[in-house]
Amino acid sequence: MSEIGWIVLAAAVMTYLTRAGGHLVLSRFRRIHPRVEAGLNAVPAAVFTTLVAPAAMNATPAEALALVVAALLGLRGGMFSVFLGGGLVLIAGRYLLG
Amino acid sequence: MSVAPFARRAFASQFWRGTRRGIPVIVASAPFGVLFGALAVQNGFTVGEAVMMSATVFAGASQMVGIELFGKAIPAWMIVLSVFAVNFRHVLYSASFGRRTGHWSAWQRALGFFFLADPQYAETERMAEAGETIGFAWYLGIGLPMYLVWVLDAWLGALFGRLIPDTHALGLDFLLPIYFVGLLMGFRKRPLWLPVVIASGAAAMVAHVYVGSPWHVSIGALAGVLLAAAMPVGEEARTAYAAEREGTGGRS
Repeated sequence: MSEIGWIVLAAAVMTYLTRAGGHLVLSRFRRIHPRVEAGLNAVPAAVFTTLVAPAAMNATPAEALALVVAALLGLRGGMFSVFLGGGLVLIAGRYLLG
Repeated sequence: MSVAPFARRAFASQFWRGTRRGIPVIVASAPFGVLFGALAVQNGFTVGEAVMMSATVFAGASQMVGIELFGKAIPAWMIVLSVFAVNFRHVLYSASFGRRTGHWSAWQRALGFFFLADPQYAETERMAEAGETIGFAWYLGIGLPMYLVWVLDAWLGALFGRLIPDTHALGLDFLLPIYFVGLLMGFRKRPLWLPVVIASGAAAMVAHVYVGSPWHVSIGALAGVLLAAAMPVGEEARTAYAAEREGTGGRS
């Protein structure tokens, strides 16, 4: 196999280890400490924020507007309305604001 | 004898429920899956290698980082380490996912970990928050179609990458941030949501500027998680934990 192939496989193994590893470590403890529990409950908010942060930081006006609309739609509707609303505002904003 | 068809029907209906939850994500991630295939070929991958990466790694952001580094003269171990840095957040997903799937068999969980990308994790947490049990059929329903389409995306991108239309004008390049904002809002009723968002956001932005791109995710996520862990533990949770520990401590 090519060098690229081997690197890809190593990356795949590494990725699987991250996906199994957290559980393997945690399952060694019979009881989960309340602080660990509180930390785990914060994972979605913490991670999804970091995935949005660079896009929000470097957003053009049209992109910023789309993110705000998506957040507001996220208060009420499901993911479809978030997509549709955010996407439409983005396309219109890029067309009008550049 | 009559149980088998019934069980099969129940499996199918749960699977389909999961698939329907996953359709928006399949749409949102398609441009990135195709773009990955196109960029991989431009960076010296064969079509087969591009497809293999999507099929074995199945983690979009880290795949992008990986192929970006291939184009430069960077040692192999650095590439693998960068992939690990981007994917480190999965350690946190994994710890949480294990709690939700205690009723699965070891094999089911081993397979489940393979599909544990951002959307699968988010939907699992949403189901758990709604008080529902995470079924294996439901989880496969959301994970498997997304996986197959992701592999197909890479193949199409690798073959026809040059024909991609103007993704900027169509807004395709910005669909994932919109998707993640939607997910983020869905968790707003959790304790400490706003402080965690502020801490993670600030840490991620600072890290993005001063440390650089893959690392802002791990650094930002850890900031939010540590903040939540450092806040005072409620009286109720503390006494429950102490009582349980004494109970098990006495026996062992």
